[in-house]
Amino acid sequence: MPTTTFALVDCNNFYASCERVFAPHLAGRPVVVLSNNDGCIIARSAEAKALGVPMGQPAFQCRDLFARHGIAVFSSNYALYGDMSARVMVTLSRFAPAMEIYSIDEAFLDLTGLPGGAAGQARRIRETVARWTGIPVSVGIGPTKTLAKLANRAAKKHPACDGVLDFSTHPDPDALLESVPIEDVWGIGRRYGAMLAGHGILSARAFRDLPREFVQKRMTVQGVHTQLELRGFSCLDLEKAPPAPKTLMSSRSFGRAVTVRDELAEALAEYVSRVAAKLRRRGLVASGMQVFVQTYADASGRPPYANTACAAPPSPTDHTATLISLAGRALADIFRPGWRYKKAGVILLGLESRAGRQLSLLDAPAPEAARNARLMAALDAVNAKWGKDTLAPAACGIGKLWAMRQEKRSPRYTTVWDELPVARAG
Amino acid sequence: MGHPPLEIFAFEQRTPLELPLYLATVSAGFPSPAEDYIDKKLDLNEHLVRHPAATFFVRVDGDSMRDANVASGDILVVDRAVTARDGHIVIAALDGELTVKRLRRQDGRLYLVPDNPDYAAVEVSAEASFEVWGVVTYIIHKA
Repeated sequence: MPTTTFALVDCNNFYASCERVFAPHLAGRPVVVLSNNDGCIIARSAEAKALGVPMGQPAFQCRDLFARHGIAVFSSNYALYGDMSARVMVTLSRFAPAMEIYSIDEAFLDLTGLPGGAAGQARRIRETVARWTGIPVSVGIGPTKTLAKLANRAAKKHPACDGVLDFSTHPDPDALLESVPIEDVWGIGRRYGAMLAGHGILSARAFRDLPREFVQKRMTVQGVHTQLELRGFSCLDLEKAPPAPKTLMSSRSFGRAVTVRDELAEALAEYVSRVAAKLRRRGLVASGMQVFVQTYADASGRPPYANTACAAPPSPTDHTATLISLAGRALADIFRPGWRYKKAGVILLGLESRAGRQLSLLDAPAPEAARNARLMAALDAVNAKWGKDTLAPAACGIGKLWAMRQEKRSPRYTTVWDELPVARAG
Repeated sequence: MGHPPLEIFAFEQRTPLELPLYLATVSAGFPSPAEDYIDKKLDLNEHLVRHPAATFFVRVDGDSMRDANVASGDILVVDRAVTARDGHIVIAALDGELTVKRLRRQDGRLYLVPDNPDYAAVEVSAEASFEVWGVVTYIIHKA
């Protein structure tokens, strides 16, 4: 029974990197991206981090800082980020027999038993993703997902790694675990981090070396899994993972292979309902959505098909029916007949607090949802045929006072014909 | 500023051009049940895009590539997975700007050469910020 080798591939400062691909004059310059309505800072390039630009800070409080350092400021452009994410994921899928899309900018790959070793493969992955998509990535490798995640974090922190770190060949794994604060360990989170810190457990290493009974008594089974994973025993296969923070995701492997599009759509609708309910419980709205599908390899030996599509609602929403109709359209874009589907999922992007919006669409009760979805589809069809805003829900108002402020949005370089990048021939 | 219409963003700009490929010749002037003979629909993407994840569309501004049949306003299909070689038309990032030129390597030196005698070639100096952004594989030009 050979041990599995996991790799976690993570895009560096993903949103800022996306902006740079099409704007070479931003190379080496600090870049920040703002949330909807140009509210808060949600992404920073390495240069912006070095200047001390704080994550999550309201933009208006940083105006002086932006001006003083010539920081390039962008409104969020989920059309671009979603498309670039799909390109990265499709590129990654060529490198491993199995992969798991974990968030818009992260994926786990199974690199077990590859000739030339995992680190060599990781360097090829980095090089190829950078060349094909322009996005820089870091790769962490380890015998468990938790250690791969930890190695990824270290790879990003230490420039000498050149973006790749393999935990299993690290000269001093104990020192590496010592350097990781307990709350930064994947799956521990803030609450347990604080509890453990109260007991003087401050690092990944200290947690790993705790008596198992201590962890069993005070934490959930997930805590026990995390400890075992730090010790090198894999408990989380490619299907299981603690949820990524700052995104909401719902995905499942099907009990049996699904081949019919309608069945996939139904599954997705269910996942969407689930994440939408979560969204409302937390008082959040989503500005984008990513849908992904993965198949089994087929009999002829073709590698499995994996793809993702993104969609953005006209304004951030927590409305189940709107989100379901988006998911259906995204699925239409990536569904390919003739495959046996193994897994599908939906990730909500660009989460922010509903409080900032003047408009809140309350969720329709369940029997209404289907009618609502049909209504939405009709609405979309009419607007597609006769131009946008031909029909709009009266609730959205006529004056559109609440329309999103996106004064600094970059062009949607890859998804709108009128906004393609321009090359000078002069 | 109204809000944007719902848009779906896929990893490839799929505008499936459904051009039925008729396997039976049909005499003109008759409505024909030719549907039975449609073998498959042609999708232009299959022909123009070899590496969807690495392929981008870029619009041209200017006429320095006129003699390579690249006119201002044309759309270029750019494949970043292709290795740039001497003689390729490339999109280059030169001093912070995307530019379209022909790549020339001679005696260990690198040139970006226009296809229009009104413009001069540029030698890429060691200190210039330069990278080949992608290789132009097709030129989409309105007839």
